[in-house]
This record gives sequence, C-alpha cells and structure tokens, in this order.
Amino acid sequence: MSAALLFWLAGSGLIGLSVYGLIVNPHPLCKLLALNLLGSGVFLLFGVIARRGASAGLGGDPVPQALVITGIVVAFSATAIAVALLLRLHTEAGEASIDEEDGQP
Amino acid sequence: METGFDIALALLLLCVGGWSVIARNMMTAVIVFIAYGLLLSLAWVRLHAIDVSLTEAAIGSGATGLLMVIAAHKVAGDTKRVVQLSRGFHVLAAVFAALVAVGIAALAFVLPGEPSSLAAPVLERLPDSGLGNPVAGVLFVFRSFDTLLEKVVLLLALIGVWALARDADWGGVPGLRLFRERHSVLTLLARTLPPIGFVFAIYMTWAGADVPGGAFQGGTVLAAMWILVMVAGVRRPPRISSPPLRLAIVAGPVVFLAIGFLGFLAPGAFLAYPEGFAKPLIVAMETALTLSIAVILGLLIAGPPKGEDAP
Repeated sequence: MSAALLFWLAGSGLIGLSVYGLIVNPHPLCKLLALNLLGSGVFLLFGVIARRGASAGLGGDPVPQALVITGIVVAFSATAIAVALLLRLHTEAGEASIDEEDGQP
Repeated sequence: METGFDIALALLLLCVGGWSVIARNMMTAVIVFIAYGLLLSLAWVRLHAIDVSLTEAAIGSGATGLLMVIAAHKVAGDTKRVVQLSRGFHVLAAVFAALVAVGIAALAFVLPGEPSSLAAPVLERLPDSGLGNPVAGVLFVFRSFDTLLEKVVLLLALIGVWALARDADWGGVPGLRLFRERHSVLTLLARTLPPIGFVFAIYMTWAGADVPGGAFQGGTVLAAMWILVMVAGVRRPPRISSPPLRLAIVAGPVVFLAIGFLGFLAPGAFLAYPEGFAKPLIVAMETALTLSIAVILGLLIAGPPKGEDAP
C-alpha cells in the first residue's frame, strides 16, 4: 500500500471526524477547532494529489504544494478573526455561545 | 519498514485528531490539536513536501495552537454545554460524517490513472528566476498574485481583529495576558532564545530561495520570538497606533506592490520581473515580507487593544 493512498485514507477519515465534531460540539471554540481539523484534512488530500504528480525528479508537484502553503496561511487568518470575535462575544455576554437568546436564563 | 511507519503515522493522526474532537475539556482538545499539527507535519515530510511541513508546524500547529490556547484559557469558565443533544442526533451525525469520510476515501480508487503534473514546466522555467526551490518559484514567480493577495488577507485579518477593540481602547496596547514572574524559566528563555531565533529566522528566509524555507517560515520564527518576549513580560506589546509598527505592518505588501507595478515598466506586465533582476527583487520582497509577517502574526496573536482596567 503506497504512502499516498494511506494518507488519502487518513485525510478522508480526518474530514469525517471533524464533520462529526463540527455538528455535535456546541461550544464555538470546539467548532473552530473542528473546522481547522477539517481544513487540515482537505490540505492532506491536496498533498496526496501533489505527491501523485511527482515527476521530473521532484518528489511532488510544486504547484499544489504552494497552494496548500497559501491555504494554511489564509486558514490561520480566518481563525485569528474567529477567535477575536469569540472572545469579544465572551466579554460582552459573559459566555461564548451561538445559541438563541431565549435559551438563556 | 517505511510502509509500517506510514501506517502507524496515519493511525496516530486519526486517533489524535479524533481525541481532539471528542475531548471533554477544551484546553485538552487544544493541546491535543497542537500535537496533531506536529504529527501532520511529519505526514507532509512523508509526502515529500518539506515546505508545507515547515508551514504546517509553524502556522497550522504553533500559531493556530497558541491562539486557541489563549482563547481556551479565557473561555474556560463556560464549561456548560448549552445544547443537550439527544442520542439519536449523535448517531445521525456520526452516520452522516462516516458517509462523508467513506465517500471521499472511495474517490482514491476512481482518480484518473495518469496524474497530471506541472512539475516539469516549473523546473523548465525555474532557472530564469535564479531560484532553486521550486515551491518558492511557484510562490514568488508563477503564482505571485496569490502570494500578494495572501499577504493582503493577513493585513485584513489584523484590521478585523483590531476593529473588535472598544472605542476607548483604540490605539492602545494589545490585551495579551502577561506572566510577570521576574525569575521564572520563561523570563530566562525570553532573554536567551531570541538571538538564536533571529539568526535562525534570517537563515530560513535566505535559504528559502534554494532549499525548503522562505519568508513565511522565517517570519513565523521571528514572530514566535517576539511573542515569547511579550508573554514573559520582558517587553510590553507596543501601542497599535505607533507609526514604526504601522510601517512594519505594511512594508511587505507595499514593497510587493511596488515591485509588481515596476513590472509594468520593464517587461510590461504586473508582477513580472525584469530579465536578470528576478532574484535580487525576490530577495528584497522576501526581506520586507518577513518583517511584516512577523509583526502581523505577533499582533494577531496578541489580540485587539485593551485598556488597563478592562476585564
């Protein structure tokens, strides 16, 4: 079994796990964590595609690899904004929650 | 032997990833996530993508993890699970997630047999740029527009984070929690590690032209050093209204844009480099970018400005 196939299976498994976490974990920070995990799984799939494109003496296709690097940075930027929003919500409401107001005591 | 290692790594990734999803305690989940990021960067090495591996370890695991640790610490109080989901809903979600995973896994067996690759065209034109690292070539020559926009995204993220400050705190000092213990190990580290980190960051940026590394990885190492200094309380974070700080933030994108517009003059296209000057221009760009990336990353993690008395 090749490394590419193995990591493809791992990537799809990770996507499945994080989709589950995204649905069932109620806290926004947990959802954010699951979203990051989901992103890393998708990047891993892309890495496998880069690996399949190994040719001309390179271990992988450099174009998808460069795109993944850009992707990781953009994902981090989005996470930074999400964390800032979440913390502001926490300061304002005393608790970070994405529930309807009427659920609160 | 290698296959054995790959199988172990893939299983470990799934277990650690799954652990961070189901962990009860938020801080546990975040710390497991950092470990997961480091394992993932090993997987990237196995996929022959060293540049991605370095970025994943630095940004995906380190910087994202640090952001999450700070957030998890601040929201540690709300352990109350607001939504009580029924068991049936959990099962439904698990079935749905399993279907998604199996569907994507099955794609591995229907991928087109002959993979297409841009490796050969990249290598063919790479010597013209004077760079030796094909990934750096893609980032700064073939798809430099992407890289430019990526820096702008970072800048926009910082504006977004700052915009969440209260009006009264605008222009103030970021509300990074400081650990002011004068004689702690952290203080010692914050005083001894930065010189080594500086040299290492400069090396990474410089070497990135020919071997894995580059502006982003070097900038992250610089940012890590700065954060260490701020967290240990050796130096306070600067006021966000400080002009040198603002200059450092925009230096990278401005130099990038200026060189991009320079392309209109010499070869006649945006972001095109004049013949023979590609390498020096790219190095100039990378130097400015390293500074900006380090400052922006540090400030993104330090968070919006906050007054002294604010909670």
